[in-house]
Amino acid sequence: MKRRVVVTGIGLVTPLGVGTQETWNALINGKSGVGPITRFDASDHASQIAAEVKDFNPELWFEKKQAKNLDAFVQYGVAAADMAWKNSGLSITDENVDRVGVITGCGMGGLPTIEEYHSVLQKRGPRKITPFFIPRVIPNMPSGHISMRIGSKGPNLTQTTACAAGTHAVGEAFRHIAYGDCDIAVTGGTESVICPLAVGGFSAMKALSTRNDDPTTASRPFDRDRDGFIISEGAGMMILEELESAQKRGATIYAEVIGYGQSSDAYHIAAPPEDGEGAARCMKAALRDAGLNPGDLDYINAHGTSTPLNDKCETQAIKTVFGEHAHKLMISSTKSMTGHMLGAAGGIEAAFTTMSLYNGIIPPTANLHNPDPNCDLDYVPLTAREVKLETAMSNSFGFGGTNGVVVFRRFA
Amino acid sequence: MAVEDKMIDIIVEQLSVDRDKVVPGASFVDDLGADSLDLVELIMAMEEEFDVEIPDEEAEKIVTVQNAIDFVAKIQD
Repeated sequence: MKRRVVVTGIGLVTPLGVGTQETWNALINGKSGVGPITRFDASDHASQIAAEVKDFNPELWFEKKQAKNLDAFVQYGVAAADMAWKNSGLSITDENVDRVGVITGCGMGGLPTIEEYHSVLQKRGPRKITPFFIPRVIPNMPSGHISMRIGSKGPNLTQTTACAAGTHAVGEAFRHIAYGDCDIAVTGGTESVICPLAVGGFSAMKALSTRNDDPTTASRPFDRDRDGFIISEGAGMMILEELESAQKRGATIYAEVIGYGQSSDAYHIAAPPEDGEGAARCMKAALRDAGLNPGDLDYINAHGTSTPLNDKCETQAIKTVFGEHAHKLMISSTKSMTGHMLGAAGGIEAAFTTMSLYNGIIPPTANLHNPDPNCDLDYVPLTAREVKLETAMSNSFGFGGTNGVVVFRRFA
Repeated sequence: MAVEDKMIDIIVEQLSVDRDKVVPGASFVDDLGADSLDLVELIMAMEEEFDVEIPDEEAEKIVTVQNAIDFVAKIQD
């Protein structure tokens, strides 16, 4: 029998703030985290803007020696997990030590370090490669470091499903607890690849916005003037816990996780099919798992990347799944403010969806001034909306045609 | 003296330890908290600073601060 699973901790490191409350306050006030790229000289790149995490002090989490051997994606992931863990009030005991898992998502791993050491290799040869190169770049290191930090000895996994990685991680963590593989899981996503290879690579695909002269309005999901996504970084982690365990210890319960869906487009390496049928099947699967009818859903935290194709196809997919109810649903894309955190996006957005249910506030879709005629639903434009929600879903779709959707319910 | 000072600088930097702990008899693993990967990186930093090549079989014998100073002094003679 499936067990019930709830969210009992949240930790966020985003371009809007280092901390859950800092991020949330900026988000519901429609603030943008986007600006000119400062991590490297981007003057010869087509896209010169990004949403960078500011004011992150690694020494709040790591000793100096450890920090220098950890890529930013590991640092962000561990910091967010540490915040979430403390927020949950949990501690590792002899009884729970092997019942606590870590399941995170990461799309790319340590690409900035790969860049750096490729140059070292070319210029100075293989003997100059640091022994910390491999442990700095492999995408499952956040999960490894989180388990070492908190001392958890249950399942330890990493999803690397591109921009859907964070959502798949949360969904898998939900399943692991529901089916008894563990009772508690640290889950979410982390990413940090604001480096020349990633920016150049996404640019070559024409995926990035080139609105370089006006960074804060560049991410404009569902707007007719959108021209691509904004590369972003950070981490969003949550603690999922089996309901009885959470209730027994009197934990704050932010929301219940009630459904998880997955699907594949089997169509193209990067583009979704025009009718978004893969995304639609994924949403249907998640609703079925949650035991909901389409008319039962109140809010969607959309994938909403601000690329011409995604927003149109996602809208079409929502119409396919929800029919007439699509026009009653509230939908928003928080990427309008955070930019696209790639493998971290699903973790961050699952946390935002949870907080929307808990706080009764829907973050807006910023910069949506002129809706695309193909995007004619209620995207909660420009201003946050206070509304008591019962149910919400978070969508993520990744390159390779992989889709993930998680459904939550307000816990009462 | 120059070798010793430079060596202590490298060890302090690489292992992020307090300077007063880096005494001649200190063992990198037992006293200064290094693991096997830290040791590899420390040897690489020594090679870089003193412009020498330290073969693996020699590197294995460098277990204390004094060993490192002696090795570099000898190779530079």
